[in-house]
Amino acid sequence: MAELTPKRVLLDPILANNPIMLQVLGICSALAVTSKLETVAAMSVALIFVTAFSNLFISAIRNQIPNSIRIIVQMTIIASLVIVVDQVLKAYAFSISKQLSVFVGLIITNCIVMGRAEAFAMKNPPLLSFLDGIGNGLGYSTLLFVVGAIRELAGSGKLFGHNILTPTTEGGWYTVNGLMILPPSAFFIIGLLIWALRTYKPEQVEKE
Amino acid sequence: MHKDSVSRTLLVATVLCIVCAVLVSSSVVALKPLQERNKALEEKKNILEAAGLMVPGGDIEKLFEQIEPRLVDLDTDHFTDQMDPTTFDPRAAMKNPELIESIPADKDIAKIRSRSRLAKVYLVKQGDRIETLILPVYGKGLWSTMYAFVALSGDGNTVKGVTFYDHGETPGLGGEVENPLWKNRWLGKHIYQNDQLAIRVIKGRVDPNRPGAITTMDGLGGATLTTRGVNNLIRYWLGEEGFAPFLRNFRTRGETHG
Repeated sequence: MAELTPKRVLLDPILANNPIMLQVLGICSALAVTSKLETVAAMSVALIFVTAFSNLFISAIRNQIPNSIRIIVQMTIIASLVIVVDQVLKAYAFSISKQLSVFVGLIITNCIVMGRAEAFAMKNPPLLSFLDGIGNGLGYSTLLFVVGAIRELAGSGKLFGHNILTPTTEGGWYTVNGLMILPPSAFFIIGLLIWALRTYKPEQVEKE
Repeated sequence: MHKDSVSRTLLVATVLCIVCAVLVSSSVVALKPLQERNKALEEKKNILEAAGLMVPGGDIEKLFEQIEPRLVDLDTDHFTDQMDPTTFDPRAAMKNPELIESIPADKDIAKIRSRSRLAKVYLVKQGDRIETLILPVYGKGLWSTMYAFVALSGDGNTVKGVTFYDHGETPGLGGEVENPLWKNRWLGKHIYQNDQLAIRVIKGRVDPNRPGAITTMDGLGGATLTTRGVNNLIRYWLGEEGFAPFLRNFRTRGETHG
């Protein structure tokens, strides 16, 4: 890998080294929250916050963490942050936290957070780790927004809850695609996106 | 002390746990009042919505002044003044051994196992006449217990509104119980026909030209089990085990006080 400049650490994960498309991490929540853009937005902010700060804290104490319990230490820090985020959302953004319901809690199990903590924050200084967290969070968000836009438009004819293609259920002409509401559709979309990205950047294809 | 020694490992683990525990618990304690306020407001908003009194951007507390809470005794099927309805907390009542009663399994179609003997209902009055009666209902969906309010007009039969205010169903599928379009389709439905419980939530859409359409409600697409849960909880709470005898008293006597 080339030298780690702050700019590269921040921007690379968005397209060149996208955590979902290249590393194939964080698929589970990408399926769950992408049926509407509104929840995508809230989830993205929450995830960026958690990855950035868990990376920062873990990196800050990386030289103190005994090797034998490092995973559980990472987990504890991540879980604490997620609970704090969940509590803050419940207090200040109640309607959004209702929509996200269990998925905020499930950030704990998001492989991106653990993956970056283990792969990056354990080896790099705090500030760089913090940027890496934001970068990977942004990479995750970018893909979520693309998938969310496709699913919400095809599945309910809306973007951010506003009618774009008026569905037949509301007296319009657009027959909604029910599959797009269901989580498996995100699998197909992500698969197609990975295919498209790897055609554009053949160096991302795994060697046989 | 070496980084990977046993004592060092124990020390790091202990310190980390204390720091994280303090962080988590202080955030929970500090934010609790705000969260409780949100919950209470959300509940009031849903009562107003069920009654059709919610104005977008309106002051919920102010609008809520039109609504009068009352208690109904589900054993005697009349209003009761045993407890003060303004301070009665339905969730606390579920832990009160004097109020809680278990439901026999064969009658427990809403899958709630037990209930409080007293139910907190809400009234909207025009002078002395009750215009709207808002009943709390709940029952199991696919994943969660769903809580809702059903608003009936003064005849104790015609639906004025239904709002689900707390549930954990799948967003986009069962979670569509919150969809305003679906909720709107409840308007004008009849619960009873010839004094018998008739309302049903079916799979798919109701053909408005078919007989019985007025007592049949559309289900939620792609959410068969949540739909079944909605059907069960409505039929339990508005059936003979639930509010039906009370509503009968209410209809025949035009009961306004306990």
